[in-house]
Amino acid sequence: MAPSGYRGRLREVLEGIGAEEGDELEVVTPDGQTFVGYLIARPEYADEDVITIKLRNGYNVGIAFTEGTVIRRLAAGRAPAFRRGEIPPQDPSLPRVALLGTGGTIASRVDYRTGAVRPAMTTEDLVSVIREVLELARIDAEVVLSLYSENMTPRDWSLIAERAHQRLVDGYDGIVIAHGTDTMHYTAAALSFVLQRPPVPVVLVGAQRSSDRPSSDAATNLMGALTVAARSSFAEVCVAMHHWHSDDEIAVHRGTRVVKLHTSSRDAFRSVNAGPIALVREGRIEVLAEGLNPRGSEDYRYEPGFDERAYLLKFWPGMRPSVLEHLASEGVRGFVLEGTGLGHVASSWIPVIRRLVRDGVFFGMCSQCRFGRVNMNVYDNGRDLQAAGVTPLDDMLPEVALVKLMWVLHRAHDLEEIRRLMLTRIAGEIGDRSEPVRLRP
Amino acid sequence: MGLNYRELGLRVGLEIHRQLDTRTKLFCDCPTEPRTTGRTVEFVRRLREAQSELGEVDPAARFEMRRARTIVYRADLGSVCLVEMDEEPPHELNREALRIALTFAAMVGARPVDEIQVMRKIVIDGSNTTGFQRTCIVAVGGSVRVGSKVVPIQTITLEEDAARLIEQRDGQVVYDLSRLGIPLIEVSTAPVIEDPREAYEVALAIGRLLRATGKVKRGIGTVRQDLNVSIAGSGLVEVKGVQELEDLPRVIEYEVRRLLHLERVRSELRSRGVRAESVSSEKVRDLTHVFSSSRSRLVSNALSKGWRVMGVRLPGFAGLLGGGDVRLGRELSEYARAWGGVEGILHSDELPGYGITQEEVAAVRRELSCGEGDAFVLVLGPERRCLDALGAVIERASLAVEVIPDETRAARPDGTTSYLRPRPGSARMYPETDVPFVRVSRDLLEEVMRSLPRPLEERAEELMRTYGLSRQLAWELIDGEVVEEFLSLVQTGVAPSFIASLLTEVMKDLRRQGVPVENVGVGAVRRYLELVAQGRTAKESARDVLAYLAGHPGSTVEEALKALGLEAPPLDEVERVVDELVREVLPRLSGRDPFGPIMGELMKRYRGRVDGAVLSRVLRERLARAGTSGGSA
Repeated sequence: MAPSGYRGRLREVLEGIGAEEGDELEVVTPDGQTFVGYLIARPEYADEDVITIKLRNGYNVGIAFTEGTVIRRLAAGRAPAFRRGEIPPQDPSLPRVALLGTGGTIASRVDYRTGAVRPAMTTEDLVSVIREVLELARIDAEVVLSLYSENMTPRDWSLIAERAHQRLVDGYDGIVIAHGTDTMHYTAAALSFVLQRPPVPVVLVGAQRSSDRPSSDAATNLMGALTVAARSSFAEVCVAMHHWHSDDEIAVHRGTRVVKLHTSSRDAFRSVNAGPIALVREGRIEVLAEGLNPRGSEDYRYEPGFDERAYLLKFWPGMRPSVLEHLASEGVRGFVLEGTGLGHVASSWIPVIRRLVRDGVFFGMCSQCRFGRVNMNVYDNGRDLQAAGVTPLDDMLPEVALVKLMWVLHRAHDLEEIRRLMLTRIAGEIGDRSEPVRLRP
Repeated sequence: MGLNYRELGLRVGLEIHRQLDTRTKLFCDCPTEPRTTGRTVEFVRRLREAQSELGEVDPAARFEMRRARTIVYRADLGSVCLVEMDEEPPHELNREALRIALTFAAMVGARPVDEIQVMRKIVIDGSNTTGFQRTCIVAVGGSVRVGSKVVPIQTITLEEDAARLIEQRDGQVVYDLSRLGIPLIEVSTAPVIEDPREAYEVALAIGRLLRATGKVKRGIGTVRQDLNVSIAGSGLVEVKGVQELEDLPRVIEYEVRRLLHLERVRSELRSRGVRAESVSSEKVRDLTHVFSSSRSRLVSNALSKGWRVMGVRLPGFAGLLGGGDVRLGRELSEYARAWGGVEGILHSDELPGYGITQEEVAAVRRELSCGEGDAFVLVLGPERRCLDALGAVIERASLAVEVIPDETRAARPDGTTSYLRPRPGSARMYPETDVPFVRVSRDLLEEVMRSLPRPLEERAEELMRTYGLSRQLAWELIDGEVVEEFLSLVQTGVAPSFIASLLTEVMKDLRRQGVPVENVGVGAVRRYLELVAQGRTAKESARDVLAYLAGHPGSTVEEALKALGLEAPPLDEVERVVDELVREVLPRLSGRDPFGPIMGELMKRYRGRVDGAVLSRVLRERLARAGTSGGSA
């Protein structure tokens, strides 16, 4: 069979000569140039009239297939395959860590169908490539999901939470969850509400550079995550990623305080309205936060379940309130408004909000300022919004408030109960002190 | 050297790398001219081996991986962004660079590929933050003609230049990122060059064609030549980083001598009946106890740091490790350094020595059970390093019995080469999936064909015609890449051929004498020529003034003239002296032409200070006034 990505006439020709991926071919162009090399698959959306050949020097080139192009199959080849090394024996004296794979860049490889990176490696593959992890812990790897994180849903959060819960009950010394970075902070928040005060750390980890690259941050992030899972004094649901551009420092963020603030940089994940709870440097953990849930804590509670009828809505100048009515008619039971400044939307929204609140729809207010706490007592508009039934959500991050609202909606059935739970501190998602964001300009 | 290279089956291929003078880098929008803003970052990375899409790990990558070094990157944000920091995916392939490469391809009759696919070439020595160099073939085929010989071009590629190595310390290496990502064109010839001198000529011809595009960078570090060299029966040796064109023949001659020596060693080992298996089964021994009270400074320093002395026997190698500048001992030492990070080796052909006594040598021989015909190698260092180093020594020595190995070697400034790493295979290449393919359209090719540059021959003719330069001077300006400077300096009004020889022959001469002429800016040369034009010094002072300025960066031309005593005296002083001489000499000559003798006297006094033409003009005036003919003009 012709390799993937070949279509139309060219595919027919390749199949006609029995050419398969990796076979050695000779391509002679109408102008008399001869190319000899191995047949390589093409990305799905690439031009249809071009054949990709890997020359003997290792370079790939594209050659147009036109009237008069002659393709000959010279020899059978070997299709590319990722070969996994044997996993060496594990050291029984080390802490036992469960490694749950869910997909994403940390476990991804080049895909020859689309030419893009794709989740393809199993967690075992990862361990076999990053041998050093076996010096930190005994690892039981398991693939729970294989998804780009933008494809995840609250149902996937529940599945991951359930697997993690089982491992907690099984008595593992720590849990590491390899995750795509795009929505890792949503999953981190979700697990924070479901796995309350766990006995051991639950550490989410990702990579901004795929692990098939020499410069991948997958190895250093994973090592940091395993160090926390195996040895930290605290037991929190947290995210371990690069602290900065350097490979020598991994920041550990609380699952309800972290967001992805950069599209591509290794230090994309930052704690907002709080600092990281710990740093891992050269294998040592430096704890920065106080009052963390200690390892071995005995009041662990498993509280699964999300109701997806929640909505996160960013207000913008001129936005009409009718969108709220439309969404409510679609079944939305609660809104997290990402308002302006201290927590505002246009005054024209007030009557609509008042009407919907009367119907039992929840409205919580966060700020699109990204940093700081809402305060709806400063301006008239804020007071009017509160009078209309909007609940200020303090310094909670909008994404976290959305996840929390889904979790709350699953267990609360009237507005009062929803409001009460939304303002109850469950997993460090609300703080009482605000510190300066920067210590100097 | 009297070697018959054709008989030896010498085959050399060249890879000429040249920076392109594009506005932005190959895969981002940073400028290619370094800018310093003082806004800097320094960060630390580690690189790991990665499998290619064929599921293999490259030997060169594995070699670097074993060294596990920490890499420190420094960057000024004036010419570095997140792309060079490997914190942002690459932007699309720079179209300006592509156009230049296609232009060169058209000039040598190469055939562009129809779709350019960017590859990642694994390089994990830290010189690329990504751990790979982005590179793509733009065209294949074509040729350059050198005399009667046609040298085929294999590939024309575009690739990213690497970061600049700043320093290398124990377990750490520091790079500056400003150069990373500057577009390089690489032209690879077929291995058809059969003579060291021919390599120079081919490189010169390719260099001239590249310069004819008018879009390549000039100056130190913008050009680099790599070579692959083999002789009949040898492996293929890749030599990296020959900076000066003139060094190419010397490097090739050295490589040939090295390969011949290794061939001689190999046949001697065979005739002695040495077998590779018996070498590779040798065991490394800790010999620290032998040296516990050694008087050798080298050894006692090492032991005081807690290091070990370890050694290994090389059965049948006695007398084969030493020699001249090419010797097996040096090869073993380079392997030990590269793989074990030790400072070097000590071997039995050079001992006793380094303060190590005959008794200690005898004890080592006993410990290692060395027979008459056996050699041994010692290393000093921490245990792990000694083991790695001697492991590499054993590996290299056992290879010496069987083959002349494929290697990547570095060219050194003295014309020799040293071991760098194993030769990479094709497993080091995999696709750069972040950069979309580029279709080379008919429109683009037609556009390139319409604006092909003038050949340099035309440029040379023009310089000869306009400025009355000799053919040789015109070409020296072109090959020395100083045509632009020349054109700006002729505006001073000083004779063009003088300026041309100043920029080429004089500079080259000074450089050969070790004068750091790169310290002399074009501005200083212009000022000097202005002073010459104004008669404030003479052309003859040029060499001394330039040498002074090179040695005293920051001082002005005026200061140089004063310090060297090469300032011209005021014209009326010269005239007075001429008058005096005329008065004094004329009566003694009894009618013979006075011009020659008086001119000789004047030159003696004023050489380098007053232009001979000025002296001759004044003298003629005065002689005419005194009523003599003033010599035969």
